[in-house]
Amino acid sequence: MIHWASFSDFIAMGGYGFYVWSSFGATVLIMAIEPIIAARNQRTTIARLKRQLRAESQADSRADYRNSSQ
Amino acid sequence: MKDRFNLYRFASPAVFYPLAGALIPYFAAVAVVFGLAGLWLGMLVAPTDFQQGEGYRIIFIHVPASWMSMFIYLVMAFWAAIGLAFNTRLSGMMAQALAPTGALMAFLSLLTGALWGKPMWGAWWVWDARLTSELILLFLYIGYMALTAAIDDARRADKAGALLLLVGVVNIPIIYFSVKWWNTLHQGSSINLAKSSMATTMLWGMLLMAMCFWMYSIAVAFMRVRTIMLERERNTEWVKNLLVGGEK
Amino acid sequence: MFKIITAVVARDLRLAMRRQADIVSALFFFVIVVSLFPLGIGPEPDLLRKLAPGVLWVAALLATMLSLPRLFADDHRDGTLEQLALAPHPLGLVVTGKVIAHWLVSGLPLALVAPVLGLQFDLSREALLVLTFAILIGTPALSGIGAIGAALTLGLRGGGVLVSLLVLPLYIPVLIFGAGAVDATVTGLGGEGHLSLLAALTFASLGFAPWATAAALKIALE
Repeated sequence: MIHWASFSDFIAMGGYGFYVWSSFGATVLIMAIEPIIAARNQRTTIARLKRQLRAESQADSRADYRNSSQ
Repeated sequence: MKDRFNLYRFASPAVFYPLAGALIPYFAAVAVVFGLAGLWLGMLVAPTDFQQGEGYRIIFIHVPASWMSMFIYLVMAFWAAIGLAFNTRLSGMMAQALAPTGALMAFLSLLTGALWGKPMWGAWWVWDARLTSELILLFLYIGYMALTAAIDDARRADKAGALLLLVGVVNIPIIYFSVKWWNTLHQGSSINLAKSSMATTMLWGMLLMAMCFWMYSIAVAFMRVRTIMLERERNTEWVKNLLVGGEK
Repeated sequence: MFKIITAVVARDLRLAMRRQADIVSALFFFVIVVSLFPLGIGPEPDLLRKLAPGVLWVAALLATMLSLPRLFADDHRDGTLEQLALAPHPLGLVVTGKVIAHWLVSGLPLALVAPVLGLQFDLSREALLVLTFAILIGTPALSGIGAIGAALTLGLRGGGVLVSLLVLPLYIPVLIFGAGAVDATVTGLGGEGHLSLLAALTFASLGFAPWATAAALKIALE
């Protein structure tokens, strides 16, 4: 059922190997890098928002402390 | 009395965020399955093309990428229309999440088109109607991404981007028609990117790869939209609870 | 309805006349860009004759685009635009008036200067005629479609370049049919088909673009 006689035939792609494998290579590259970048952005955003939340709550509690002491 | 299952709940970012997160692995897995099946058929089983030899196998990337680039644009335009009509926040976020993937698909289509063209017709680029229209589609994507990036206010960015998408989607048939007219008159090269009668294995390989690209696009768009949601809704209770609860 | 349009056209023309330097510089930009091409490509008459329609049209596109910010930026800066948007008459009609005025001071001069430049490229008399006519009926579409881009990018930094990214892809059909009309005349096929399609594009864009522009203005002014 497999069309190819040998592995080297498969790689050679009847002489068009460079073009075919470059196409697949570009695809694999894109489909690997996109999710990686998306995941990294997610992590960075969460870290940044957590930091901001902490900073805000510290500022709030300091303000509360200042307001409460008479 | 039972509550009726309300689909509109999912228009709320608070509800959609965890749903999208749960679905991503499934879409990714389905994409891998379709991809393996498509590659098996296309690369290992499908016969040699009579006219083009083995080089034709690039279509298993080129055609799915082209289809996805056009399909994603239509989906973005759909969300644009929904967002403008119903003033929903999530539609704009979804459109912005889809854009980079759509642009990359258009770029991949052009790149593989060139890699196909060079051995087949001797030139890295040919100005046939489809490749030229694909190039213009890439410009439309870039215009959308530039516009939304230039506007600081998120809601204005969504709406302006949405209007641009709707104007673009109306123009696409006009652009395609004019490019076709231009191409046939200048009789550069009449290229048939796909043979009129394809072997069944070739056709199925292409369809399976298209499904793979589609599932992949959904998974990546969901990943992106979650980040956009967190950023935009950072002052809401649900996001604060999520952050405090140790979200990663 | 026509009263509103004529009032807006009259006002915009009056304002444009006070800033004639803008109009003239856009025109000179057109002339300079067209002159750059032979300098870059070489003076061989056959080559220039073949390239002339495309070169003149691309330069016309660029010159129109340069003048697009003028449509709304000044009025936006002094608050007039908001008043126009709040007024009881339909914003689409106001936009139509502005587009017509814009064409009168940017597209029309281009059409008048183009045949002179076409002589530099050794175009035949017939081709020059078709070229002038094509630019005449095509530039209103450029103003109309350009208005959408100008409205979407109102007040944004990166202005001119951003507008070009948005608007140039949409200009492509006008370019194809406009330059194609001249090409067809030169090769003897006759430019009627191209010119009719060009006219159709102009009518369609003048019909629809003002409403898209009005929507974009409302988004920008919120």
